[in-house]
Amino acid sequence: MHFTLAWRNIWRNPRRTFVITIAIVIGTWSMIMGSGFVRGMVEQMVTNAIATLTGHIQVHAQGFRSDPAVHCSMPQEEVTRLMKAFLPAESCWAKRARVNAVASNARHSRGVTLVGIDPAAEAEVSFIGKAVTQGRYLESEDPYGILIGNALMNTLETRLGHKLVLMSEDTNNDVASRAFRIVGVFQAGLEATERQYVFVTLPAAQEMLHLDDRLSEVAIMLADPGMVDETASALARKLPASYEVATWQKLLPIMTAYLKLMDSWIFIWYLVIFIAMGFGIVNTMLMAVFERIREFGLLKALGMKPWWIVRGVLTESVLLLILGSAVGNVAGLLTTMILSTTGIDLSGLAAGAEYAGLPRIIYPSVRWPDIVLANVLILILGLGISLYPAARAARFKPVEALAHT
Amino acid sequence: MPSVECRDVYKVYHQGTVDVYALRGVSLTAEKGAFLALAGPSGSGKTTLLNLIGGLDVPDSGSISVNGNAYGTMSQSELALLRLHKIGFVFQSFNLIPVLSALENVEYVMLLQGVPEKERRERARHILDEVELADMYDRRPAQLSGGQQQRVAVARAIVTNPSIVLADEPTANLDSATGKGLLELMVRMNEEKGVTFIFSTHDKMVMDYARRLIYLRDGVIAHDEKRT
Repeated sequence: MHFTLAWRNIWRNPRRTFVITIAIVIGTWSMIMGSGFVRGMVEQMVTNAIATLTGHIQVHAQGFRSDPAVHCSMPQEEVTRLMKAFLPAESCWAKRARVNAVASNARHSRGVTLVGIDPAAEAEVSFIGKAVTQGRYLESEDPYGILIGNALMNTLETRLGHKLVLMSEDTNNDVASRAFRIVGVFQAGLEATERQYVFVTLPAAQEMLHLDDRLSEVAIMLADPGMVDETASALARKLPASYEVATWQKLLPIMTAYLKLMDSWIFIWYLVIFIAMGFGIVNTMLMAVFERIREFGLLKALGMKPWWIVRGVLTESVLLLILGSAVGNVAGLLTTMILSTTGIDLSGLAAGAEYAGLPRIIYPSVRWPDIVLANVLILILGLGISLYPAARAARFKPVEALAHT
Repeated sequence: MPSVECRDVYKVYHQGTVDVYALRGVSLTAEKGAFLALAGPSGSGKTTLLNLIGGLDVPDSGSISVNGNAYGTMSQSELALLRLHKIGFVFQSFNLIPVLSALENVEYVMLLQGVPEKERRERARHILDEVELADMYDRRPAQLSGGQQQRVAVARAIVTNPSIVLADEPTANLDSATGKGLLELMVRMNEEKGVTFIFSTHDKMVMDYARRLIYLRDGVIAHDEKRT
């Protein structure tokens, strides 16, 4: 009957109950949507960064990461043998020659990163295999073919089939240059990626840079992303000392910091939403309590202990919180799930967002621990702040309360 | 042992800088089974005395005991338990919880006592039958007349088998026929169950029904009349 009484009490003023329930629904919805949006955004940033060219793990010659120069290279034959021997069978890996270069045509020149790739293996490891939107992808025997990004094509005012000259430093510290023909144009999640990278075949890059049979980089994608640390440590132990192994967390320190920040950010977001919602809850409960001063006086006169009155008011709060958060959860989950398929198009903001590495379309992601945290916070903090109106109700003196008009 | 015993009770209300003496050394004893009316003009101290006997308020000096329980030595929690188990209340108005039905209002006080559901349901029905509200179980207070609401209040007051029922001007908001019916109900409960009834009243009819009439004036007992 305590429950029945509390339930009927909250419906004594349906409009007020409706308004506060809507406030809790919106609060819960915002918590779930906000966290889903941020999680989705960061997960995509990480996934994009990994797929762009990072991979789960990279192997370089010792010292490459501090000085990514062309002469800091690894012998291709030995690398191939080591990778085949030590990597899990189901993982993919790709060899690369990678160097900073200048791309120029008759009108413009622009600093780029030249990446020499094995077209078939690279398609398994990075985005480029599926990113070509004009022309064609590179073929294994393609000594003068080059892939450039859509944004770079616009910057250089060139187009498919036109020539592009790449210039860089070779292993002899001489200027190396080679003319390529644009065979494909790719589109990436980030315009920065489209401007930054140009792709040629590995033999073409090796020839241009006088790398002979050497590589700058091996990128590895594992079948199970959860095994990154374990595989990287095993690889580091087994490879000779002339190699260095780095995980994506090391290669992308900003992403790693973002991920660590997210938990705190989501907690603060939840608190901010709750504070706004909390004022509404306290206000509603106080109004409900002050409207019933005589009734509390009657209950105390009948022999109700103060704690029982606190319990009654808290039960009413819990019912409001459960009602509001249940609807809010359903609304929040539905919205997040729908948007996780359709995405939220931020292309209007993309120009500014590019610098932060944000994707153009965000796909919110539901994380159950976030949902549980939101609900626990709503319930526990909601109960916490309801203690104030409940204590006020319990403190009414029966004689004064009964005389209240 | 007397049902109620008050000795030299004083109660002063402080209104700004003025002290208003509601009771000035009231002493009275009510035996078990008494049917007693406190009469007197407004401000004479009737309701104050009733509230003090019910443990709803604390005297400034003097002592009060009900069934041998001296209030001066009891905590607020002990007083609440005494009210719950030994004292029934009927107020002038706003007696019932508006969101509960007549049956639930009567049951609720037994729920607070911890009476099992089946037993409290049976007892509530039985007592509502006794106060002639058998067909009003499911009606909420707003769907009952003033007299019917007071009957539910009486039913709730006596369903717990208290030793004393305190009624603050129970007929004040009722027409004379309804008031008479309510009084006869209370007389019957007093006679059948031996419950002590103490009223505060302005109503001549209530005074006529009382077997003892205590007349208060300016916070003192001006007249104490026993009737047969």
